[in-house]
Amino acid sequence: MHRGDASASDPPRASFWLRPPLPRAWNVRLGRSLFRFLETVHGLGAFALITLGVIISKSRTARQVVWPAVTREISRSGSRLLPMFLYVAVALGLLVIGQTVSWLTRVGAINYLGAIMVIVVVRELGPLIAGLLVLARVGTANVIELGTARAQGEVEALEALGIDPVHYLVAPRVIGMALGVFSLTVYLILGALISGYLWAFIQDVPLQPGDYFRQLANSLSGLDFVLLALKTLAFGFIIAIVTCYHGLAQPLRLEEVSQATVRAVAQSIVACVLIDALFIIIYLAAS
Amino acid sequence: MTAPAANTPAIEMEGIAFGAFRASRSPIGQGIAWTVQAGDYWVIAGVHGSGKSDFLMMTAGLMAPLRGTYRFLGEAMPIFEETRLAHRLRLGLVFDGGQPFARLTVRENIALPLRYHENLDAAEADARVDDLIERLELSEWADAAAGSLGRNLQKKIGLGRALILRPEVLLLDNPLGGLDFRHAYWWLHALDQLAKGEGIIPGKPTTLVVTTAEFRPWKNRARQFAVLGDGQFQVLGDWSGVEAASLATVGELLPRDGER
Repeated sequence: MHRGDASASDPPRASFWLRPPLPRAWNVRLGRSLFRFLETVHGLGAFALITLGVIISKSRTARQVVWPAVTREISRSGSRLLPMFLYVAVALGLLVIGQTVSWLTRVGAINYLGAIMVIVVVRELGPLIAGLLVLARVGTANVIELGTARAQGEVEALEALGIDPVHYLVAPRVIGMALGVFSLTVYLILGALISGYLWAFIQDVPLQPGDYFRQLANSLSGLDFVLLALKTLAFGFIIAIVTCYHGLAQPLRLEEVSQATVRAVAQSIVACVLIDALFIIIYLAAS
Repeated sequence: MTAPAANTPAIEMEGIAFGAFRASRSPIGQGIAWTVQAGDYWVIAGVHGSGKSDFLMMTAGLMAPLRGTYRFLGEAMPIFEETRLAHRLRLGLVFDGGQPFARLTVRENIALPLRYHENLDAAEADARVDDLIERLELSEWADAAAGSLGRNLQKKIGLGRALILRPEVLLLDNPLGGLDFRHAYWWLHALDQLAKGEGIIPGKPTTLVVTTAEFRPWKNRARQFAVLGDGQFQVLGDWSGVEAASLATVGELLPRDGER
């Protein structure tokens, strides 16, 4: 008998003892997911650092080309979305006031209406909803535009012309989206606070406008303004980084653009929620 | 920008091996020794998949060679440093298909490198851009989105975008690919003029390196020929060298009358 025959027919003893405690497919899947996660975190971190480096080091390069692009991106991620944000602001005011007013009236705690609006709208829902809406409207478009450009060789064309793709394509989007999310959050919060009072007024809540806005002012602190600004800028920055990374940082074929978009949206949501959690911890520790 | 010595070759390769532009680390061409002098007009022919585009990408400095030394106008390539960018911009690349920025107009496409490197606003760049657009016979489509135009026009946009910075050496990837006879003739004539320092960019002759899948259209036009195939790069010399070559690859790229 050939040695090859023996090894083929005999059950290998070592493999019995070394058999993994879980089904092989499960292990493999977990390992792959873990490595993919670490690889993504590593790639996103590197891409974010490179982008920050380019924004700083090339702030005076090609300003006549890059600053108009920044203005366009601010318009795209900001002012053009204003009508939709005002609609959502009205809906958010209704949502929070509609749900809370009847309960607060029942327990005689109507004086807390302003505090509830600040906690729910200013600290939490306002920035998060603004970030997610900008992700849906502009972030997805980012991945598709950049992914298509990448698949069609436009990035190589930029490199051949000595134009840094991160400077020309990514930096304006990052600056535009960070400022866009910040400004839209301010409008969203203002809209929700005003519409909240209107809904309370319609429900005959015995609360004067002066009292309502005094409650709001008393519930807000300087820390709220600082953290709101930092959080919204962070949301905009991270959404832009994740979407640009998936569209641009790796070679893509046209048929892979849709998968890249789905990945970018999922990762942006996860990143925004993590940032939100981090800011809750910062707020609790600082207040 | 420092001017190289008068006799410095435009392109000088020694023992070069190169891989595919996307992903592969294994060589698809190796042992390349090649010198291009200023004012040369080279045609490099190869069958589809022979690595012509990858070779041109490497020559343009978009990727590093796997082995060997490559100097462009006396400086080591590839150049990725910002401080040496001006030197690299003395070389232009026209992609197969032009690869224009689809969302920009023709004018914006051609103006982009000029505006970016010279920090000009659109109005400041307009005079030079419009002049080039006219010479490229693209005026009719100047304000059309590049992505909405046909392949022949997109190729011209790619040419304009590369020429706006007035490079000394121009690499063209398969410029006649997918063109009808009329447009192919326009390209052959335009490149002749460029090589003589006339026509689109009057003044100093431009050093040209063209890749192609067929030798025949370049007879009596290009001055030097080479062939890329089976991982080897072979210099054939002038047209008589092409006709005298016994390589099977050359035979495929130079069909006799009646074979096509």
